[in-house]
Order: sequence, then C-alpha cells, then structure tokens
Amino acid sequence: MSVEFLEKRAVISGIGQSEVGRRLGRDPLDLTLDACLAALADAGLERGQIDGLATYPGAMATPPGFSGAGIAEVQDALRLNLDWYSGGLEQPGQLGSVIEACLAVACGVATHVLCFRSVWEATAQGKGRRAGIMGGAEASSGFRATGELQWTLPFRAYSAANWIALLAQRHFHEYGTTREQLAQIALVARRNAARNPNAIYRDPLSLEEYLAARPISTPLCLYDCDVPADGATALVVSRAEAARDLRRRPLRVEAVGCAIHGRPSWDQWDDLTSMAARDAGSMLWRRTQLRPADVDVAELYDGFSFLTLAWLEALGFCGKGESGPFVEGGARIALDGELPLNTQGGQLSGGRLHGYGFLHEACVQLWGEGGERQVPGSPQVAVAAAGGGPLAGCLLLTAPH
Amino acid sequence: MTQTPFRVLPRVTPRNEHFWTGGARGELRFLRCGACGFFVHPPTPRCPTCLAKELRPEAVSGRARVVSYTWNHQAWVPAPDHPYPIAIVEIAEQPGLRLMTNLVGCGRDEVHIGMAVRATFEQHGDVYIPLFEPVREP
Repeated sequence: MSVEFLEKRAVISGIGQSEVGRRLGRDPLDLTLDACLAALADAGLERGQIDGLATYPGAMATPPGFSGAGIAEVQDALRLNLDWYSGGLEQPGQLGSVIEACLAVACGVATHVLCFRSVWEATAQGKGRRAGIMGGAEASSGFRATGELQWTLPFRAYSAANWIALLAQRHFHEYGTTREQLAQIALVARRNAARNPNAIYRDPLSLEEYLAARPISTPLCLYDCDVPADGATALVVSRAEAARDLRRRPLRVEAVGCAIHGRPSWDQWDDLTSMAARDAGSMLWRRTQLRPADVDVAELYDGFSFLTLAWLEALGFCGKGESGPFVEGGARIALDGELPLNTQGGQLSGGRLHGYGFLHEACVQLWGEGGERQVPGSPQVAVAAAGGGPLAGCLLLTAPH
Repeated sequence: MTQTPFRVLPRVTPRNEHFWTGGARGELRFLRCGACGFFVHPPTPRCPTCLAKELRPEAVSGRARVVSYTWNHQAWVPAPDHPYPIAIVEIAEQPGLRLMTNLVGCGRDEVHIGMAVRATFEQHGDVYIPLFEPVREP
C-alpha cells in the first residue's frame, strides 16, 4: 500500500516579519499586521486572495505577552473572507499551525493561508522580569494549580527552565554531555546574531563568559535561556498550482513531522533524554526520500539551548546521545560548517519569536537573502523545527529549481 | 527547623484527592488497577494499560530513586532557600511510576541520579505535599 504525502502540494510563497526588539511598547496587533502585510507583499498577493488563516496559540490573555493577536482580531482587522481558519494551543508545537495550513491547502479547503505568530513578552513583562509563571496568577492570590500544572507548580518547578533542566541533567548523566558542549548552541547563535541586524543580542559572547554566567536551574545558566521579545512573524502557505505565477519562486514543503507517540508530558515522557521531537523527527524522514545528510541548513528551536541538542538527535543529524560531541567546538554548526545552525541567532540571541522565527529564517536562507549571514553555496534543503517537551513540529523545505 | 517555603497548592478534586491528602496518614498513594495491578499516575478514570475502571487508591512504600534533578537558582517567586533541588523520582513499586518533587534534608554535594530516597510530607492545610529525603545507609 502506498500513501501519497499530500503536504508536498503545499509551498511557502511569502514571508514577513515586523520590527523585532525588547520592549518596543507597540500595540501587538499593530506588529502582527505589519508582519502579515509584509508576507502578503512578499508573495505578491492581495488580501482578497487570502482564504485561510492559521496561528499559534490563538488569543490568550495570559501569560503576559504570550499571544499578540488571535484569529478573529487579524481576520477582522484585514477584513479577510476565510474558507478555513485554525488557532489554538493544543497543536504539535508552534509550527503545528503551519503544518495544519499545509494540510488545508493540500485538501483544497483553502488556497492561500496566512500563518502568523505574534509575541510582546518583553513589553508585557515589564522591567527586568521574565516570569510568565503560574498562568499569570500572583503568588498571593490564592491561586491553586489544576490539570498538568498541579504536578509541577507545587514542587516549585515554576518555569520550563526547570522542566528542561531536568531533561538536560539526565542527558548529561547518561551520555556525558558537558556544559562546554551545550555552550556551543549559545555561542554559535551569538556569532550568527552579530551578522543579523534584527537580532537582539549581537555583542560577542565567549565560552568563559558563558561558563561564568549565573545559573538559572542547573545545568542551565542565563545564556541557555532565550530572550523575551516583541515581534511578529508571518508567512503564506499556498497550494503549489496557485503559486506558480506569484512574485517569488515558492519553496516546496517536502515533508512535515508532527507525531507524538510517548506520553504528552514533560516528566512522564518515557525517555527523559529525548522529547516529542523524537517522534516528530522520525515521522518527517518517513515522508521523504531526502536524508539528514541532504540538509544544508538547520533552524532548530532553542527556547532553551538543550532543546536544540534534543532536536539534533531527533532529526538524525547525529546518533542518540551524541549531540554533545557533535556540536563540540562549534565548527560543525557554524555558518560555514557542515550543518549551519540557527543562522539568524536563534531565539537565544535573536529574540523569542517562538518557533516561527526558525521557519522564517529557513525561507530566507533558501531564497538566498541572508545577507551577511547567508549560508555559502546556495542551500537547497532546510529543516525548521519548533517545540520542547511534549510539543514538537518540524518541516523540511526545498529551494525552487 | 528550616522555614517552610511558599508553594502553589493543587486544587483537590475527587480524582486527585487520594494523592494530595494521603500524607495525613503518612501514605503516598496512587490509583492502582484492580484488574491488571498497574499503578496509574497522573490519575485517570480508566487504567491506561487494560482500560478497566476498577481503580482504587493504594499506598506504596514511599521508597524511590532520583531519576534526574536540578538546583533551581532563579527567584521565580521570593523564597529564603535558593538554590533548592527539584527532582524527578521513580517509585520503587513500578518502573516508570514517576513524580516531579523536591528533595529535602540533603546537601548540595549529596544529590545525585540514582540516589535512594523516601517520601515525607509537608502539610499545607488540607494538602500534603509529597517530598523526598535521602535514605542513608546505617
């Protein structure tokens, strides 16, 4: 029995990004519309041609700044006539919304789907606070934890930093991974950010500074955690036939990965050194003839540096447990290395655009528009992946021929 | 005695009551399937292994091992005792029967993966938070 992998009918026809920064103090819907209109202009589409709208996580009031706009606001602001839309949190990570859009155009329920992710965490969290814990409830409010949070918050594990630190520590224990190895994710991201005018942290970062940084939750230190940002990212997913005569030569969606076979939990996951990325990554390669060695550039989620190590293993760029040695020294994952990684500076240095930034950058690289940070040699195949713990979604893209 | 730190407490419901109140009797309790004997956590209305509905709370020994840990340094909320250890422990009765928890009564150099621990409880009104302390060989 053969199954047709219908995501191959989908293409990315345009991308857009708003101003990105710390505490811009701008209306998040304004940022969102900037990104959306930039993506439409990039594709050469009029808003009347958009018939689908997708986002993650949809409208949410808390945590502060986590969602800059939901479906309804954007639809109404642009007066879109939609045949299909989807916005929500329970998806295969942030890029799950883009995967859904691919399926929507492949099924013919929409032709051009505008996808967006918008954050304003830097402004919303105010001065010097990262927080965003407890679903926004204050410690003094008598708030009681329900659902999955009852298994973490009462144990003072307030942040994803804690949950991911537990996974990282186990990985260190089983495979001998070191902080010096983990550091390379942050250091390479910082070097790439220096070449990206839109990145937030662009000053050089040394291994010594990394190792001396204050611990957040061992073994993770300050530089293992991404930086809250204000900014929006958008892209247009189109059905391939409908994108032939647009402004750009579209990027093909070669395969998607959205599987989760283990338990949907940070602490109940079977193998604590892996994550749902394992299942999503493995699914992606079942849907294509391409292999990890064919990938020219990898944009892998780094909300925390350890997540990138987990994605490297999940996508088969190295063996299980071998991500530490794989990135050691940083040369292999540098811009001119064998597998250029997080070329825009990731979220660690580029800003926490929450998943969509990686897909945006994959497109930039395949279109050859990376400027100072362009991967040499005209990359033809890129992978973008987002999510941590039980959240995982990834896409494999190919350049136009 | 060390000061009891602030904790966000769980909302006690019929489904989780056995877990969060077992400490009143010094018991760490999980739902256990009457049909196949599987311990279920977090609690659900049916056994995820055999789908039977005969789930009843049962006390376990409280013995466990540290599967992973982290020392939290960041003051997410004010507390007098940073850094403090968060751990995932595996309960002795069943492979994979795990909890996130805090380790208590142990020093910075003592905590390690594989460390033998046992349950102890910290009372907050109607809720008893299961924490784990090291089992020291005599």
